Amino acid sequence: MSILQLAWRNITKNPLNLIMSIILFGLGVGLISFLLLFNSQLKQKFDKNLAEIDLVVGAKGSPLQMILCSMYHIDNPTGNISIKNATPLLKDLHPLIKKAIPLSLGDNYKSFRIVGTNHDIIDLYSGKLNEGSLWVKDFEVTVGRSVAEDTGLKLGDKFVSSHGFNEDDDMAHDHTSFTVTGILGGTGSVIDQLILTNTATIWRVHEHEEEGGAESDSTKFTHNHTENEPSNHHHDNSNADLLNHPDQEITSILIRYKNRTNFQALNFGRNINENTEMQAASPAIEINRLYNMIGVGTDALRSLAILIAIVSALSIFISLYKSMRERKYELALIRVLGAGRIKVFALIITEGLILAIIGFVIGTALSHIGMEIIAGYLKADFRYSFTGWKWVNDEYLIFAISLMLGFIAAIIPAIQAAKTDINKTLSEK
Amino acid sequence: MIFPDMVCKAKDILLILGSSGVGKTTLLHLLGGILTTQQGSVSIDGTEINMLNGSALDKFRGQNIGIVFQQNHFVDALTVLENVILAQSLAGQRTNKKAALDLLVRLNIGHKANINIRELSQGEKQRVAIARALINKPKVILADEPTSALDDINCEEVLNLLHEQAKAVGSALIVVTHDTRLKDKIANRIILQTL
Repeated sequence: MSILQLAWRNITKNPLNLIMSIILFGLGVGLISFLLLFNSQLKQKFDKNLAEIDLVVGAKGSPLQMILCSMYHIDNPTGNISIKNATPLLKDLHPLIKKAIPLSLGDNYKSFRIVGTNHDIIDLYSGKLNEGSLWVKDFEVTVGRSVAEDTGLKLGDKFVSSHGFNEDDDMAHDHTSFTVTGILGGTGSVIDQLILTNTATIWRVHEHEEEGGAESDSTKFTHNHTENEPSNHHHDNSNADLLNHPDQEITSILIRYKNRTNFQALNFGRNINENTEMQAASPAIEINRLYNMIGVGTDALRSLAILIAIVSALSIFISLYKSMRERKYELALIRVLGAGRIKVFALIITEGLILAIIGFVIGTALSHIGMEIIAGYLKADFRYSFTGWKWVNDEYLIFAISLMLGFIAAIIPAIQAAKTDINKTLSEK
Repeated sequence: MIFPDMVCKAKDILLILGSSGVGKTTLLHLLGGILTTQQGSVSIDGTEINMLNGSALDKFRGQNIGIVFQQNHFVDALTVLENVILAQSLAGQRTNKKAALDLLVRLNIGHKANINIRELSQGEKQRVAIARALINKPKVILADEPTSALDDINCEEVLNLLHEQAKAVGSALIVVTHDTRLKDKIANRIILQTL
């Protein structure tokens, strides 16, 4: 019978004595590990979606909101900007701008956002067509992989959008029907959860709304639409085409500079903010600001988790110490039967380590299951896919720290046990 | 405390008799290598156990000395059989489940082998303690008050059992007790008195 078996039997003999310590330890580990999992996936998502976008230009308002809306698609737009105002940015051959990608938001299908934009957005997120083709005509859409997976949309399918960003039957534009012409492969970035079409489509959806007014005769427009589509003047998806409609609006523009260290590029955003009715914001700066804000919360949670872990280690220490006192005859007996002091020391340490390992396993399970549950909510609310079934490297570190805590908790009882005077203990009646 | 010289040969039985407070337990601990002598020596099968120290002594004790305590302590988390096997493994010997079980059967406790040790009666526990003392075929078996809690019939039975089993494995048996009933049953005896 090995020390390990003996330690295990001692622990399982009276599990109720130790259950509180283990649960506490599990909670501490679970919270720390959950924060790790969540932060790492969140950071990964945020970083991936930065997509080397240097500047976002949109309506004046909260710059962070604009970034969250235009790059991460989790907040509402700050408003719209007119093509007229944005003309300098959309013109080809701008000396600073390598790429300017207009975004027009306002509709969703099953809470996946429909984005009016141009084909450059595919390259921006390193997307690839999986099936079909990119949108060409109005009301043709290309959908991201998550959209296709979750809604079951297939090539050639038609669907009706609803207004706003959350699914709401009352807000359905039942006069407009979109056709899926292409499905993108997965990228892990936000483009997976977007329904892409051209800018004019968004305009036309909302024109109808204005024209339709009382929405009593919406059928008329459905009719209009399908008939008008082919004959309507062609939108070729280029920025130049947008410039033909100076009175129309878009939501924002994603900009990639030709050279981001260019001195003029550094002042470009400020010029827009000071001299136009539009607002420019740098994603890197805003996201850093967001990290800092979230950081306070995560720091507080992490401190709490560390506190719980320390308290649980203390509680393991107390349990072990108590059990060691109760078992002093047993320990003396083990010595009489031939175990040296080192073996008795190792026995108690092993018990501490086993408790820590059980706590770690419980905590890790809690954090992964918790992450999976949260992932469900995030998916429902923001269409972002997180997962609980991903292991991060730092969990090895947590394992090592758990073992260390178990060792520290056991060391005093173990030393005491090793120092036991067997003559005295066995002479006590 | 000073104790007289004493010798017990293999397969022999030695009775150490004395009333409470004369240092019986101290003597037993000295003989068992639990306590070391300040003067004089304890020699078991040619080994001066005072010369051993630390883990060497622990190991020697585990392999060569079987002790039956007055109050029988066990590892509560384990079954009867496991408590016996534990004595094998702690002495650094290969565990032999069959030998342990055979011994328990010989001591008439085999049917309880897989029951948790806490569920046994005092009498049953004593048999397990004897089995545990015998399992490693030690050179000497020390028994501390093995009979004082028993009635006359059981007293004789336990003494016979101890002696038989000790003889069977070739051990010397030393019984330390204040139980004067044993006086007439064992010829080789030393009576301790307060000095």
